[in-house]
Amino acid sequence: MNSFFDVKYALHILPELLRASMYTIGITLVGFVIALVLGLVLAVLRRSSIASVSRVTGFFIEFIRSTPLLIQVYVLFYVAPLYGITMSALLAGTIGIAVHYACYVSEVYRAGLNGVARGQWEAACALSLSPWRTYSGVILPQAIRPVIPALGNYLVAMFKDTPVLSAITVVELMQQAKNIGSETFRYLEPITMTGLFFLLISVTFASGVRHLERRVRLP
Amino acid sequence: MGDMHELLPLLLKGTLVTLQIAVFGILLAILMAGIGTILRTSAWRVLRWIGNVYVEVFRGTSLLVQLFWLFFVLPLPPFNLALTPFTVAIVGLGLHYGAYGSEILRGALRSVPGGQFEAAIALNMTAATRMRRIVLPQAMINALPPATNLMIELLKGTSLVSLITLSDLTFRARQLDEATFKTAEIFALTLLIYFVLAQVVVAIMRHFERRVSHGIAQRTVK
Repeated sequence: MNSFFDVKYALHILPELLRASMYTIGITLVGFVIALVLGLVLAVLRRSSIASVSRVTGFFIEFIRSTPLLIQVYVLFYVAPLYGITMSALLAGTIGIAVHYACYVSEVYRAGLNGVARGQWEAACALSLSPWRTYSGVILPQAIRPVIPALGNYLVAMFKDTPVLSAITVVELMQQAKNIGSETFRYLEPITMTGLFFLLISVTFASGVRHLERRVRLP
Repeated sequence: MGDMHELLPLLLKGTLVTLQIAVFGILLAILMAGIGTILRTSAWRVLRWIGNVYVEVFRGTSLLVQLFWLFFVLPLPPFNLALTPFTVAIVGLGLHYGAYGSEILRGALRSVPGGQFEAAIALNMTAATRMRRIVLPQAMINALPPATNLMIELLKGTSLVSLITLSDLTFRARQLDEATFKTAEIFALTLLIYFVLAQVVVAIMRHFERRVSHGIAQRTVK
């Protein structure tokens, strides 16, 4: 017990931490897919020509972005049941983190949409494409490509925010490490290993995004 | 809304703690951003390496993991360093957001045109004067807007210190919720307080942004 970092003990708890990290990665990927779709919806709504729609969307994005994720997750988990919406901790956590990041992602999309040349909109209008075809066929392919790095940053940021969900009893990586620590009264190994896991997985995600970026680059 | 006058004083007490942590955290983060940038632009490879490791480690891992590490691991052997939750909160937030801040500062310093450095050298300015009079004032124009975002991130990050037993706004909200069961009102009020605090940060930083870009032609949007 006196050794600085007990390798045997670290190997002993490794499988449990690995299982918990799979859970964390799962939450991140599912949450990010929701965030990508919802963020796009928010970004398009914010550009709506109906002033009230764009203003309400704008305020919603601003509000979610400037309040802590922790409280939003608490609201989903503790307040929503009062209005008859009961969710498991995992579901509430995933939705909470997805909505939080959808607002960040929608700002990224907004930058991408603003970057599309005006002529493209006019050309789509001149060809009398429907709004759906305009977005899906003309605007989005040009708007999303340049913002993939920024989207990737938010994937990594979201992954690093998943420990917040431990506050509503989701047993992800951090919570698992804390549980192990409180059982054995050795915190050094589990929490340090959790830190290393986060570092490794963040780096993996980041290199995955860079790879994707190269694949979709226009020649 | 008759219960507001019961809830508000306790929540405001928590807000005060949140504000203290945020202010000290921001100050430490600015200091660490400066130190990190100095290390990473230093002439010695060892110092550059230390700076890079600092930034990558603190940006690559989760803030909550760092707080827990400081809170649970440091008091045990072999470290035996028991910090109060308040210190852990400030050190944790300061180090974490300092690493992000150092990236912002480095980018901003790079955005100052090379001719400015050369002109300052040609005028025989010392390195310190060059930095203080020529480079930093121009770098600040680019550094402040992202720094504002980072400060809001830090403010939001303070909600995590409730998980290391510090009685900040989030902690008070949870406590009140358990005592009174006025869940919806309490969390709505808490969200509102955080939102207002964030707007205050934005307003203060806009003031500084105007000051540093005084007398400089603005590139207008649209």
